[in-house]
Amino acid sequence: MANKVIYAVYEDPELLKDAARKLVTAGVQVRDVFSPFPIHGIDPIIGLKRTRLGIVSFMFGIMGLSLAILGTWWMMIYDWPMNIGGKPNQHFYQNVPAFVPVLFEFTVLCAAHGMAITYLIRNKTLPGMAGRNPDPRSTNDKFIMELRTEENHGFAPEAITGMLRDTTVLEINERQC
Amino acid sequence: MHQEAAIRPPLILGHRTYGDVTADVTAPIENKAPRAWYVLTTIASIIAIYGVGCILYLISKGIGAWGLNKTINWAWDITNFVWWVGIGHAGTLISAVLLLFRQKWRMAVNRSAEAMTIFAVMMAAVFPMIHMGRIWLAYFVFPLPNQFGSLWVNFNSALLWDVFAISTYFSVSVVYWYIGLIPDFATLRDHVKKKWQKTLYFWLSFGWTGNAKAWQRFEEVSLVLAGLATPLVFSVHSVVSMDFATSLVPGWHSTIYPPYFVAGAIFSGFAMVQTLLGIMRKTMKLEAYVTRKHVEYMNIVIMVTGGIVAVAYATEFFMGWYSGVEYEYYTYMSVGAATGQYAWAFWALIICNILIPGTLWFKKVRTSFFWSWAISIVINVGMWFERFDIIVLCLHRDYMPSGWTMFYPSWVDVGTFVGTIGIFFTFYLFFARYFPVLAFNELKTILKSSGESYKGEVLPKSQH
Repeated sequence: MANKVIYAVYEDPELLKDAARKLVTAGVQVRDVFSPFPIHGIDPIIGLKRTRLGIVSFMFGIMGLSLAILGTWWMMIYDWPMNIGGKPNQHFYQNVPAFVPVLFEFTVLCAAHGMAITYLIRNKTLPGMAGRNPDPRSTNDKFIMELRTEENHGFAPEAITGMLRDTTVLEINERQC
Repeated sequence: MHQEAAIRPPLILGHRTYGDVTADVTAPIENKAPRAWYVLTTIASIIAIYGVGCILYLISKGIGAWGLNKTINWAWDITNFVWWVGIGHAGTLISAVLLLFRQKWRMAVNRSAEAMTIFAVMMAAVFPMIHMGRIWLAYFVFPLPNQFGSLWVNFNSALLWDVFAISTYFSVSVVYWYIGLIPDFATLRDHVKKKWQKTLYFWLSFGWTGNAKAWQRFEEVSLVLAGLATPLVFSVHSVVSMDFATSLVPGWHSTIYPPYFVAGAIFSGFAMVQTLLGIMRKTMKLEAYVTRKHVEYMNIVIMVTGGIVAVAYATEFFMGWYSGVEYEYYTYMSVGAATGQYAWAFWALIICNILIPGTLWFKKVRTSFFWSWAISIVINVGMWFERFDIIVLCLHRDYMPSGWTMFYPSWVDVGTFVGTIGIFFTFYLFFARYFPVLAFNELKTILKSSGESYKGEVLPKSQH
């Protein structure tokens, strides 16, 4: 049996959410949802886990702070200590108040850029990549739900489209994969 | 769905669908540019080219080409630097701080405000660079191993903090702006018809797909970046103020500086946003998205920050006088300044920053498009004078009366300043022409809660 991809096109995020909730309750797996803007509340319905990007950012922040501490200590205290304006430079802890702005900025720099790069890589959005949305309208005003028959062996493709037709769907497109 | 109180005025006027929002914002990109755009771009680029010429002349001659003298060794250069950095504070404030405060009205203004931020910070960065005199040694500000046996930069210095603060602020603002732009570029990629535009937005959109996981990550990144950018906004101008506050010059050496500078930066930044949006909403037909209410909200921010600035002036004036120290008699907020040779600059500051913006307390004024636009220009001028006063007035009465002098700008001073305004507007006009000037995909999220024709409805319109 050839596997099929079913795209159900909706006109409003609320309608799509209602439909997704109905199908998932019936036991159908929803593969993905494409929309021009985030649909709040869709993640638990189609079973998406919370992203861990926040943790990534925290780790990069810790890394940035550590590097900044190491760098300021190495340059100002260890490698070439200088008496500047009588500020104490014998020990790091004496001089650290003057380093706080740099420590802070470098932490933010690493946290923000580290997270942004991770985000771009994880989303597979990098320069020169082609868009993989099934329908150009999904970045404009249509909300598209993707279902795959290979993930829903318990249902005949006709049964799935039948269930979709019961929702306030605009159109249903099928594609072989 | 997010519900909003019915008495709140709508943020999107008229009846619009999701498709209309896309069409409204992409129309100026797809259609031929109006003649005014060509005229403005030509004027701005001529000024920009003149500015670049002045900068090149300055670099070749040395900073003696400016009107600096041995008493007033910082003048228009650092004035312009602080002025541009201050303007560059509104964008990230709007997109980050107002995101954390869940102010939905920011969505109509954040994109152009962020673009303004980026271009303003670029212009700001020009001045310390050319002020170094030997710009080819500019890399010395970074802690790089070098030919002097690794003589490092001085991490105790406020000027070095500034390097870190501004470069971090600039790069994080660019990233924040661009991450928000990617989904809008994807819409353009799928929307435009011309071949060269398709190619352009194909490359700019990074292959954005808009699936559920991508949007989930997008929201997380926006939130965390907002959380990171919020303290960043406050830190950057605090650090800029420490360039002055950590010195020992009377008038500069003041603990009030960081909060006072941050308030002044937001004050001037919002004024510049008003100046730009006032023109853009008309010429690009965005009246339905940038409404009277948006203008009023921005004016309220201006009133609050302007109030903080006014209190700071009063405090400086009073404390200087109350100290009884004769050196404090000639700081920028003093009887000496108000009655001396620089009285015109002192009063320009008071009139442009306190008296005229004070009229915004009248609801009629702050809800008027014309008056808020006119006042925004006055504030831009006033905030330039504030920095000029702080720098030049505090320096012009040196410790020895023999060093007392005035500052007279040379044509290079004027040329570099006006030139950066030209460069700024050239960038901004190109942004307005080829980039989505509203975060329109984000706007769609509030269409059915804050759109005029949907307000008060429980069900979305398309549900039959």
